Amino acid sequence: MGMRKVAVIGAGMTKFVRRAQETPKELSWEAARMALESCELTMDDIQAVCMGTAPDAFDGVHMKGEYLSDGAGAWRKPYLRAFVGGGTGVFTPIQGWYHVASGLFDVVLLVCEEKMSSFYPHAQAAFVTIFDHTTERPLKPNLLWIFAIEMNRYMTAYGINKKDIARVAVQHKQNAANHPCAMLGEADITVDDVLNSEVLAWPVQRLDVSPVSDGAVAIILAAEHVARRLTSKPVWIEGVGWNLDTAYWTNRDLAYPRYVEYAARQAYEMAGIQEPRKEIHIAEPYDPFDYKVLHHLEGLGLAERGKAVDLYLNGTAAPDGDMPVCPSGGLLGVGNPIAAAGLMKIAELFWQLRGEAGARQVPGSPKKGIAQAWGDLMQVGTVVIMGR
Amino acid sequence: MTARIKNFPGVSLSEKDFEEGKILFVHDELKADYAWDTGIGIGAYLAGLKRGVILGVRCGHCRKIVVPPRTVCEWCFHPMDEYVPVKDTGMVNTFSLCYVTWDVKRITEPEIPAVIALDGASALSETSVIMGGIMHKLGEVEPKQVKIGTRVQAVWKPESEREGAITDILYFKPI
Repeated sequence: MGMRKVAVIGAGMTKFVRRAQETPKELSWEAARMALESCELTMDDIQAVCMGTAPDAFDGVHMKGEYLSDGAGAWRKPYLRAFVGGGTGVFTPIQGWYHVASGLFDVVLLVCEEKMSSFYPHAQAAFVTIFDHTTERPLKPNLLWIFAIEMNRYMTAYGINKKDIARVAVQHKQNAANHPCAMLGEADITVDDVLNSEVLAWPVQRLDVSPVSDGAVAIILAAEHVARRLTSKPVWIEGVGWNLDTAYWTNRDLAYPRYVEYAARQAYEMAGIQEPRKEIHIAEPYDPFDYKVLHHLEGLGLAERGKAVDLYLNGTAAPDGDMPVCPSGGLLGVGNPIAAAGLMKIAELFWQLRGEAGARQVPGSPKKGIAQAWGDLMQVGTVVIMGR
Repeated sequence: MTARIKNFPGVSLSEKDFEEGKILFVHDELKADYAWDTGIGIGAYLAGLKRGVILGVRCGHCRKIVVPPRTVCEWCFHPMDEYVPVKDTGMVNTFSLCYVTWDVKRITEPEIPAVIALDGASALSETSVIMGGIMHKLGEVEPKQVKIGTRVQAVWKPESEREGAITDILYFKPI
């Protein structure tokens, strides 16, 4: 395609917490500073900054990109905030990738930040404005509705039970017990804990869903000639894809995420991957809800439709399985500061592929990983494939 | 790298820290009033609801009938301007029993939001699209009795009380 090779060379993140003392700017700066230190660069080396952050409504700050700019190190630099809802955290590295792949910049800083705790009394209510103001909002919809509605459709279409789906939440929260930034890591959690948790919007229960969180993640991207000078272990961005389904979400068959499939096909083609189930060693699909992981694994072509749950039942998805899924602990375990949670998946693949993930390190020297996020009004898919 | 780092930034606060005044904070309420004009497609839809009719719109090019009406066909990007009534009956495509309100208050009697595939719109096609699917609520039903596939019909407000809004349909009930 005439594109330059792009590597991830550094990463940093804050703890993910229910409520951070730091402001969004301060969180952004902490993550950015850590990412720079990890590859021994300074702000002078950064040629452009890509910011990812989700709805302005959380912070009550209009034009949040500008608000966050000093913490993200954007002063006197080309700077742009990308925003595709929950898909933002995996879209921001795509934006950074084309900045570098195009030849426009050699070194780019990506920062994704979210502070959801400022909204009172609960960030949930900030989501009401994503629904259509004329045809949906008069019904006083709750964001949980669309997930519960989609989960029910998915379960019923393929005959999957809640007990099996709960295995996803259990696995991710157990994985997160080994993540130093996690807010919901629990080594001893059981399927019964999930099934006995409060029913919020049947079939969604408290432990099926990721928490409201604050946090930030930063990543440094570099062109090949720079990356090879700075590190002996670059992790390449080998494929990217993004795709949008109809915004009339009730006009879709909610059993299958076609937008993820289209995004994944674009990324696989670019990465030259023909048999994803053999060639992908680690998957970090977006997991704000446990059923959503299964949905996304199917959209990514990593499982047959309706069969992704088998990966959890037969151990394939476990950290020591053939294809670990969310070894980080994911949104269900580490937390879900929306845009930051997506970029956390990129950071996790970076650490895992370099063999630096500590207690979470999956065995077998993995060579290729895929990260995916999903957002807007449930219809955008963003996919990044990384390899070494 | 994570393995080498021992201390990650980020200070965790609790609700108690706010209640006990341990930290300084500013509380403010944003006021934002809007009047949204309905536009052409949804304007026709709402005018239909006021008359007790659910309108779809037909694409003259690919012949799909979709609800709610819109002025451009997403499939072929041709204009859509032929408004056609669909039925006020349909099938529950999926639903939830929701015990939390939009602003996270707990309720004991669940709300039952559903996607209803209306009769008379184009059927599920190879594009996996339910062209007559709309979001509404179910009523006059025991929550535990609702199933995907349940046949339902709209329960309308009395004509004199309709105002051209999605809430002119109170809910859908099983038939």
